[in-house]
This record gives sequence, C-alpha cells and structure tokens, in this order.
Amino acid sequence: MLEIKDLKVSVEGKQILKGLNLTVKKGEVHAIMGPNGSGKSTLASVIAGKEDYTVDGGSITFNGKDMLELSPDERAKEGMFLAFQYPVEIPGVSTINFLKTAISEIRQYRGLPPMEAKDFLKVLKEKQKVVEIEANLTGRSVNEGFSGGEKKRNEIFQMAMLEPSLAILDETDSGLDIDALRIVATGVNKLRTKENAFVVITHYQRLLEYIVPDFVHVLYQGRIVKSGTRELALELEGKGYDWIKKEFSELAV
Amino acid sequence: MSGSNEILEEFVQGEYKYGFTSDIESDTLPPGLNEDVVRFISTKKGEPEFMLEYRLKAFRHWLTMKEPHWAHLHYPLINYQNISYYSAPKKPKEIKSLDEVDPELLRTFEKLGISLLEQKRLSGVAVDAVIDSVSVKTTFKESLSKLGIIFCSFSEAVKEHPELIKKYMGSVVPYTDNYFAALNAAVFSDGSFCYIPKGVRCPMELSTYFRINSAGTGQFERTLIIADEGAYVSYLEGCTAPMRDENQLHAAVVEIVSHADAEVKYSTVQNWYPGDKDGKGGIYNFVTKRGICLGNNAKISWTQVETGSAITWKYPSVILKGDNSVGEFYSIAVTNHMQQADTGTKMTHLGRNTKSTIVSKGIAAGKSNNSYRGLVKVNRGASNARNFSQCDSLLMGNNCGAHTFPYIEINDNSAQVEHEATTSKIGEDQIFYCNQRGIDTEKAIGLIVNGYCREVLNKLPMEFAVEAQKLLAVSLEGSVG
Ligand SMILES: Nc1ncnc2c1ncn2[C@@H]1O[C@H](COP(=O)(O)OP(=O)(O)OP(=O)(O)O)[C@@H](O)[C@H]1O
Ligand SMILES: [Mg+2]
Repeated sequence: MLEIKDLKVSVEGKQILKGLNLTVKKGEVHAIMGPNGSGKSTLASVIAGKEDYTVDGGSITFNGKDMLELSPDERAKEGMFLAFQYPVEIPGVSTINFLKTAISEIRQYRGLPPMEAKDFLKVLKEKQKVVEIEANLTGRSVNEGFSGGEKKRNEIFQMAMLEPSLAILDETDSGLDIDALRIVATGVNKLRTKENAFVVITHYQRLLEYIVPDFVHVLYQGRIVKSGTRELALELEGKGYDWIKKEFSELAV
Repeated sequence: MSGSNEILEEFVQGEYKYGFTSDIESDTLPPGLNEDVVRFISTKKGEPEFMLEYRLKAFRHWLTMKEPHWAHLHYPLINYQNISYYSAPKKPKEIKSLDEVDPELLRTFEKLGISLLEQKRLSGVAVDAVIDSVSVKTTFKESLSKLGIIFCSFSEAVKEHPELIKKYMGSVVPYTDNYFAALNAAVFSDGSFCYIPKGVRCPMELSTYFRINSAGTGQFERTLIIADEGAYVSYLEGCTAPMRDENQLHAAVVEIVSHADAEVKYSTVQNWYPGDKDGKGGIYNFVTKRGICLGNNAKISWTQVETGSAITWKYPSVILKGDNSVGEFYSIAVTNHMQQADTGTKMTHLGRNTKSTIVSKGIAAGKSNNSYRGLVKVNRGASNARNFSQCDSLLMGNNCGAHTFPYIEINDNSAQVEHEATTSKIGEDQIFYCNQRGIDTEKAIGLIVNGYCREVLNKLPMEFAVEAQKLLAVSLEGSVG
C-alpha cells in the first residue's frame, strides 16, 4: 500500500531524512518510535505533502501511485490521512461544515455523487459514538478553544468520518488522559479492517498495549535504524535509546 | 517543492464577473461641471424650485471646499471637469409597466441576478434599480403603499412627497458635511427613498441595485430612509459596474432617520469594479453614509460587505441621540491586487444608556491596502454609554497592508469602551490542514475566510449572505498560488 524508498528530505538546507525505507501493507499497523527531533513528524508531513520540505531523493508510492507528483489535497483524496501532532484551529468553521466540505470534495474526486444530508448526519452520529466525542465539540469551530486532548480526539473523529485507507497518527496519545487514551485506542481498533493500515508515531509503549502493532520501527537521525515487533517497544521502554544510539554510531563508523 | 511563503504570494487575477457593458441608448451630458450643469440636471428631472435652490447652495459651497486627503489612500487627483454628471437610459421616461423598460436593461439586471419580474414577488424582495443615475423601476410599490410605506425613486419622492424631502434631506448629512457630500447634493440624479410610517413593520426586504453603465460618467445617488416611531425596515443595497480602463467616480449619500422605538437595518454588498490586477480602471467610491437614532430606543444597524472599487472611502456612522438607542456596524472589507480601502465607522453617543457595537473584518491580499478607521465619541451627559469594538485584520501574502486607526473621544466618566484588535496572517498551517482533509487550496481559503467573517455574515439577510459568501470567494480567487 505504502512504499517509501531511500527518502531524503531537507528543510532550509538541513538534511533531516537521510535515506529512509518503509513498507506498509494493508491490514497492518506500524509503530514508529524514536528520540525527539529524529524526524518522525517530518516523515509524516512529507508523506502528506507539506510544502516546507524539500525532497532530495527517493520515492513515496501509495497504492502504486507516485505521491510526490500529487498535491496534498490529492493525496488525501487518494485515501491518506494524517492526525496532526499539533492540530490547528480554524475559527468560524464548524467541524461539521468542515467535514461536509471535505467529504464532498473527496467524493467528487472519486466520481461519487454528493452525500445526502441525512446520510451524512447518520454517519456523523455513528462515528461520534465510535470515538465517544461529544456532539457539542463537533458543532463548534474546528479545534477553536479545544483542550489539547479534545483536539487529539477530534483528529480521530475526523479520521473516522473520512475513512482513509492509510492513517498516520502523529503522537495522538500525547496529551491524552488515561481514559481518553483508551477511548481513542478503542476507536482506532474499531476502525481497523483488513483493507486499511495505520502508522502510529508514539513515544510510549503504553499506547501500543491498546493498539497492537505488527511492526515497531526506531527512527534515529533520519533513518530507520531498527525494526522489530511489539517486544522492541517494550525493550525501548526499559532501556531508553542510548543503546540504539551507540549501536548506530558504531555502525556509522 | 516551493518555499514556505510562495504558496501565499502568487496572485492571479480572479476575473471580475460583472464587467459586461450594456448596449443601452443613453442620454448623456458632456463632461464638465458648473451652475448650468446643476440647473440642467434639475430641469431634466422637472424638479420643484426648492430642490434647485438646494443644489445651487450645495454647489457654491462645494466650490469653496478642498478634496480631503487624510485617508490612507493614494490616487491621482480627480479632474472634476472630466466627468459627465448626467447619464440616463434614453427610452423610458415614465415607466408604468415592465413592457416599457428597455429589454437590454432588463437583460442587464438578469445578468446581475436581479429579476424585476414577478418571480421576485416569491422571494419577497422589493427592488428599486438605479442604472447610471436614473431609477428604473420600483417593484411592489402598490402592495407596500397599502401599508403606507413609500418606496420609490428619489426623484419621484421630490415631486410626490416634497414635505418629507424638505424635512429630512440633509438633516443627517448636510451638504456642508464634506467635499463629496456637497458634490452629491449639487449633482445627484437619483436614488431611492423609503418611508415607513408609525408602527409599521415592513413585511419584505427593500432593495436597491446600483449599476454604473455609461463610460466617463459619475454616479451620485442619494438614498433617504425614514423609519417613523416604532417602525422597522431591512434595506439591502447592491452595486456593480462594468470593467473600464479609466476610473469612474461614485459619490453617494445615504441618510437614515430612525425615530423612537424604530429600527433600520441597512445591508450593503458593494461590488463596484475594482480595476484590473495592475490597478488599471476601477471605481473611486467616496460615500457618506450616516444614520441618526432620533428618538429613544431607536436602532440603526449597518452591515457591509465591501469587495469592489479601486478606492473605497466610506464610514457608515450612527448618531445616538435618543436615550437607550443602539448603533451597530458590521463590516467585511476585502482588498486584492491594487485595491485600497479606508473604511470604518463613527459612533457618536449623545443620549443616555446608548450602546454601540463595531465589528470590522478586513482582509487584504495582493498588493492592496486595507485600513480600518473608526471613531467612538461619547459626549458629556451621555451617561452609561457603552461601546464594544473589535477590529480584525487578515493578511494574505507579504505584499499587502492592514492598518487600524481607532479614535476614541470620551467626555463622560460613566462611559465603558472596549476595544479589541487582532492582525493575523492566513496560516499556511491552516491551509495545509484543510488540504490534508482533501480540500484544495482555493476552497480552503474560501472556507477560512468565510469562517473568519462568520460574525458579520450572520448579520446579513439569508439570501444576501449566500451571495456575499460567493462574492468573498470570487474576490479572493486566485489569490493563492
Ligand atoms: N520547518 C522546519 N524548519 C526548520 N527545521 C525543522 C522544520 N521542521 C523540522 N525541523 C527540524 O527537523 C528535525 C526533525 O523534526 P521532527 O519534528 O520531524 O522531529 P520528531 O521526530 O517529530 O520529534 P518529536 O518527537 O519531538 O515530535 C528537528 O531538528 C527539527 O528542528
Ligand atoms: Mg513530532
């Protein structure tokens, strides 16, 4: 589904991703961990098509299509979703109106007729339940005045509404209280199918107790330096990143 | 991929969609201004003597005045002798039925989306259409007159209701008020007049559409709205003009009188031709709009959506004379390309417990300049006056300017005045966020801008709000690369 090969990315002349490889197949959940500043959010942003980054080499293909050729909105329309580490506020635009616009744009791209209002409302109610988000939040302006946790939950709600085939969650767990974490994770699990895939960026193995990943990768200095299964996350939790850093610097020599 | 700011920098011409000219035979005076021209206009309109005298006094006063240049606007000097001061569609003199209206003119209105035909009855909007300088048709006159409501062209009111004209014309904006008001008083050719009698709630929105059509003409219309005690009216004004290379002058005067317990809502969607992306052509819009809350508990509310004109100089104001009277100003001003707008309001508190609210949303794109200029004045004895002002500016790109000039003059200690101002840039992060949800940049801007203007758009009557939203999107079309 997603294939990243030898991806090299820089911003303002500084190289951040230095030849990154990642393959995600449908039905899989991948976790990406790694120390602060290692390039996790950069990776997510580049996949989604943020303009600030310069792709110096490599490729990103999604369902056989070259993503680097597509604009960010086209990538989204192809079924890619990014739950932001820092969701922005859009004053005066209700989440409902926002999602209505998004859904109709996506449907149009895929040659589908617009969704009828009553169907939209039905889906809205359904998905509100899945992520246990209060109706009053979705009636308010997108993220405006939301608490950190509410913003994160709103991201998952939007994901539920848009039903992407690939969702990248960038530290959706940070800032969530324990109950919210469980709710969000349960929501994600309910949305998991054989057809879609998730890339979960996190610092904490706790999230991975709820959302059980098939693979865990460690991103360090712009490369995936280690891949493994759940156990790797546990190991990291116990030992920290020092041993990885050490191993890596030996490797680099 | 491009640098971080480029996404906001490139400005493409969103084309002006109302820029057609109509092939209507018109009766146009050669350029130039002197007493004879003033007399000609008055004669042409068959005006009573008092009106001619008023015009001449105004003209003589105008000659003693200087064009004001205090606004944050830059434009070449206007040669007032190069303008034609009268242009009327030729054919119809007295129009009794729609059959007599020049079909080309009707098509013009249809293109503008204003149908004068019966279908308007369904939407319940009474329309007075002013093309160039002459009022063409007032629909619904009869059904309104049953309620005692007068809604007609200004010229007609001069003839049919001279007592009302004498009493109210110039009572809010005297011809001595400013340069453009004096000019208007001397040469105005038509406009709309509206009187709502005591205790009557006008059952429909009253609407005037202004259109400048002929080349080289100025348009100087006058609107006078009077709501007698306990009356209510909602009034809409829309404006368009064809695309022309040269600048055209528009200097209107609007006066509103709201008596005790009366309420007037005045909504404008101003879409005069803004000029092309290099600043060629466009309307110079110098407008004086003012209302007075004459009696206790009177209310006047201005809502404006300003997207057009090369130059906008406009400060819809309220004099709060009656106790407990309320003045409101809700404004969206969009400038793109080379447009310049200096707009705002003046709230003058004279009565006790008077309240005013100002919400201004400026949006600047391209190389445009957008200024808010507002005065809140509380006179001595205007006890417990309250004002709340909120002035927000939104910048798109790095080449435009937003300026705020709030003036506050408080002469009574019991006054409470609150002022909030924000300036923000339309965030690339916001655009990217929308993009990531499948919304393209053009639509994202529309969404963000409409959200930003929500408070003001909510004040507009429903159908006008829809039109205004579209217009905002069109005005900013192509404003992002
Ligand atoms: N727009 C930018 N301009 C300059 N530097 C940037 C930009 N975006 C990212 N960087 C730099 O790139 C590096 C990687 O940042 P990134 O946000 O991807 O890290 P991260 O792995 O997500 O970290 P965290 O765990 O703290 O979220 C950092 O050194 C950061 O300062
Ligand atoms: Mg990050």
